[in-house]
Amino acid sequence: MTVGELTPVSALMTDVPPRQVRRLSAEWVALHTVAISVGLLFLLPFVFISLTSLMSDEQTLTRDLWPRTWEWHNLLDVWKTPGFLTWWRNTLVYAVAGTVLTLVSSFPVAYALARFRFRGRNLAMGVVIATMMLPPQVVIVPMYLVWAKQLHLTGTLWPLIIPLAFGDAFSIFLLRQFLLTIPGEYIDAAKVDGCGDFRAMLYVVVPMAKPAIAAVALFQFFYCWNDYFGPQIYASENPGAWTLSYGLESFKSAHHTDWNLTMAATLMIMAPVIIVFFFAQRAFIEGVTLTGVKG
Amino acid sequence: MAADTYRRRERVRTLLFLSPWLLGTGLFFLYPLASTVYFSFMKYDGFSAPTYDGLDNWVYVFRDYAFFWPALRNTLWLVLVMVTLRVIFGLSLGLLVTKVKTGAGLLRTVLYIPFLAPPVAATMAFAFLLNPGTGPVNSILGKLGLPEPGWFNDPTWSKPALTLLALWGVGDVMVIFMAALLDVSKEQYEAASLDGAGAWSRFRFITLPNIRPIVVFSVVTGVIQTMQYYTQPIVAGKVASGVIGGSGQQFEPGYPEKSTLTLPQLVYNLGFQRFDTGSACVIALVLFAISMAFTALIMRRNAGLVGEP
Repeated sequence: MTVGELTPVSALMTDVPPRQVRRLSAEWVALHTVAISVGLLFLLPFVFISLTSLMSDEQTLTRDLWPRTWEWHNLLDVWKTPGFLTWWRNTLVYAVAGTVLTLVSSFPVAYALARFRFRGRNLAMGVVIATMMLPPQVVIVPMYLVWAKQLHLTGTLWPLIIPLAFGDAFSIFLLRQFLLTIPGEYIDAAKVDGCGDFRAMLYVVVPMAKPAIAAVALFQFFYCWNDYFGPQIYASENPGAWTLSYGLESFKSAHHTDWNLTMAATLMIMAPVIIVFFFAQRAFIEGVTLTGVKG
Repeated sequence: MAADTYRRRERVRTLLFLSPWLLGTGLFFLYPLASTVYFSFMKYDGFSAPTYDGLDNWVYVFRDYAFFWPALRNTLWLVLVMVTLRVIFGLSLGLLVTKVKTGAGLLRTVLYIPFLAPPVAATMAFAFLLNPGTGPVNSILGKLGLPEPGWFNDPTWSKPALTLLALWGVGDVMVIFMAALLDVSKEQYEAASLDGAGAWSRFRFITLPNIRPIVVFSVVTGVIQTMQYYTQPIVAGKVASGVIGGSGQQFEPGYPEKSTLTLPQLVYNLGFQRFDTGSACVIALVLFAISMAFTALIMRRNAGLVGEP
């Protein structure tokens, strides 16, 4: 038996010869140099957008990267664009109502798919995943015909919001993946205490599922906030029902060459998403990894 | 008797919990899907009554519709280049973030945030950054004496420009790899280091085999996302061409020269611009078939997704 085999790994790690230490620190420097450069590269678009939003409109037609004069009023002028406030309001209504309805309608479904045993459960789960993966364009033509010809609701936000009251496949999937990790004993205990399934879900499972609920809420909020196709199909005929994503385009056509105002508007639309993300980062990243599905 | 009532009550309870989704699936998925199949065999402009016209729409789409094959070729390009690069880049950033000790949280946030940028806003921003005449990127390339591509205005550069935009938003792939990389056991690396394995062979023989399922998962979801790739190419085309659908202006998607056409845009073009409901439904069914094929692939590989994990 040699000495090496007896030495614990940890001892080997702390007992590094001097040459290796220098190599490690060189590695450290290289690694962090790469990290900083990549980080800056990812920030660069934001920097250029911000700088451009503060230029004068003549200057945006030049190759200058740095504002010659700082036109801070651009950030206020954006708000004076006809419709901009309406688009904000519509986007908020769509995102908030959509998120609340999604949560309320999806949670019981996810709970049933995670907890109850019934015939066809795997089939139901398969359909959830299939609809989650489906491009919205697959069913858009008949859906539009129904909303436009039968219900006469195009040009409003209703066709965007109402379907979310009937469960959203992605949210159901994500919640269900999380609910599977909650031990059944908690629910059984609640039932022994005389709770029905619904009350057990409401008072025992919902509080335990807060991280997943937060993640789903964020995903859905961002989905609605960013949605372009839905508003383009259903709301485009009535400018009073436009959302920010859809309105931004017409903003560009109204301000033909004014890249400064367009970039200022772009910032205003990105800002809420980024601010929300900063406050809820943990929940968000947890949610993404939940979708990553361990192989 | 008691057991029977119990089972019936259990069935009613399950139905109640599932009812929002059952209704939704019927109203917003099964009914319109059946309707799409029906309309694919009908001639219908949205105004006069639909008439049966057999396989005419199918023949039209595959033989005469000038946008179909370019869109399919672009989709193949996007799958081969954009999806592949996104997976490689996402994995590299995942490795970087898990290796870095100081400032890892900040780095992770910075790399993740562009993924959240609303697609319309991000695309407009890139249309500006990559604007051939006055955009910052070409300004810098010009100062360095490098060639200045036409980006969104040049058919050979429009897809690479879209790829740059997609790589900026690679945060979703990165986070999934991050989680997978942190799951690989430390002992395996330590054992390999003791055996004198270098960084590359540690990656090749330990990391890669361990995260293989995640690589497959992200490639397949990448393909599925490509089938939904709509907002970025249509907005980029609109901004670059200078036509932003003001009143009376009709934008033909695909600018420049059909190079940014994707399948979902064809549904819009046929159904909502040319009022050819039948042919739009044919494209929708093609999209459905391709998406479902890849979804089946995911479900086969991750049986845990559907059944008990």
